[in-house]
Amino acid sequence: MNRHDTMPAGDRPGIGPPLWLLAELTYRCPLQCPYCSNPLDFAQTQQELTTEEWTRVLRQGREMGAAQLGFSGGEPLVRQDLPELIAEARQLGYYTNLITSGLGLTEAKVNAFRDAGLDHIQVSFQASDPELNNAVAGSRKAFDQKLAMARAVKEAGYPMVLNFVIHRHNIHQMNDIISLCERLGADYVELATCQYYGWAFENREGLMPSRAQLEKAEADVNTYRQRLADDGSAMRLIFVTPDYYEERPKACMNGWGSLFLTVAPDGTALPCHSARLLPIEFPNVRNSSLHSIWYDSPGFNHYRGDSWMPEPCRSCDEKGKDFGGCRCQAYLLTGHADNADPVCSKSPHHDRILAARKAADHATAGLEELTYRNANNSRLFFRG
Amino acid sequence: MERTPRLRPGFRFQWEPAQKAHVLLYPEGMVRLNDSAGAVLKEVNGQRTVADIVAILEQQFPDAGSLADDVSEFLKEAEQQHWILFP
Ligand code: SF4
Ligand code: SF4
Repeated sequence: MNRHDTMPAGDRPGIGPPLWLLAELTYRCPLQCPYCSNPLDFAQTQQELTTEEWTRVLRQGREMGAAQLGFSGGEPLVRQDLPELIAEARQLGYYTNLITSGLGLTEAKVNAFRDAGLDHIQVSFQASDPELNNAVAGSRKAFDQKLAMARAVKEAGYPMVLNFVIHRHNIHQMNDIISLCERLGADYVELATCQYYGWAFENREGLMPSRAQLEKAEADVNTYRQRLADDGSAMRLIFVTPDYYEERPKACMNGWGSLFLTVAPDGTALPCHSARLLPIEFPNVRNSSLHSIWYDSPGFNHYRGDSWMPEPCRSCDEKGKDFGGCRCQAYLLTGHADNADPVCSKSPHHDRILAARKAADHATAGLEELTYRNANNSRLFFRG
Repeated sequence: MERTPRLRPGFRFQWEPAQKAHVLLYPEGMVRLNDSAGAVLKEVNGQRTVADIVAILEQQFPDAGSLADDVSEFLKEAEQQHWILFP
């Protein structure tokens, strides 16, 4: 849903301001989604930033021009100081988004956040029916709670944005999912096919839909979209298809260090929420100002521009369009973050994508075989 | 001309000094507006009719001549973009 036209100028030639700030308040979460984008070793994360530290980050970000602010996690609701942070953010002039699983939310909180100035709550679902939803979330009562909270959000006058992460176990539910959203009165529905980072990469074989599944889902969404248009419905469907079925990579984060700045629970500043897995040293808001982090840190400058590109990107006439794709994907699939994103059919490593597609055609793993995101499993991944 | 536009719920219009522009903010998105779009949306408040808005802008820009067509056209587009509604 991000739209930007010409970029404003920042404080250094060629570097615009970070218009989007993502505050990952915590890695704590009551759910265990096997596609969670949090780092595999999240359980090792050191102390979370304090309220004062977050407040400073918000102020500095706003001074630099950040206008969109996301509170996410983990589950941001576990932070007791959330109302305070919302009020501070709103008062600074941010458009504030709360991205939540809905667990831990109450009607009272929905209203209190509204009064503090929260602009938008996005509730994420795992499926359109309780059985599948709760199996994916690793929680027995998640679905009913989500429904109740989606209704409370609408009631309180927020725009209703519902998010469904799509994978091979729920991709056949498109019609049911959309019709559930319609009944709830959603304004926006994000049908976001899994991106394979973090836990989702670990579980890719058990999550990735086959091409046939994907094509069916796309057809279902298009038919539904047409029907909504015919009915004059204002509900918008955003279907994010998996880049594993593309021949060109996505322009990841609109370019490294170009718009997005993520601050992780322990204060690590990142150009995107999965960049932590890269073998690059990233600065921490505890030791540096956001301004010097954004404009001057080696971590943020690492992949700006295109002088770092090896072939085939270096001499490719499309490099201004996709920036060579996603660094995390290049790293996860080729072992080198500088390489072209293997999604690109010009990449010498494109065969790894083809192999994943083939595997998806024959995958049989059930939900119970996935590795669920929880502290016990996380400790197994700790390599320190 | 007698209809009264307002911003869709969840949309916010504000001036952004860093971008030296008016922007529309909405769930996880932002549109940077050019000067004329900014000037029109600034007057959209759920109380003024299209005719009111045209009158205000014609007063602000006396050299621009009649603005009725431009304003109506822009508001129609803004409605199609789901930025505003005519309740
Ligand atoms: S994806 Fe699931 S497990 Fe991960 S933070 Fe979100 S709700 Fe929690
Ligand atoms: S070769 Fe590199 S720059 Fe060219 S299209 Fe592929 S990923 Fe993009």
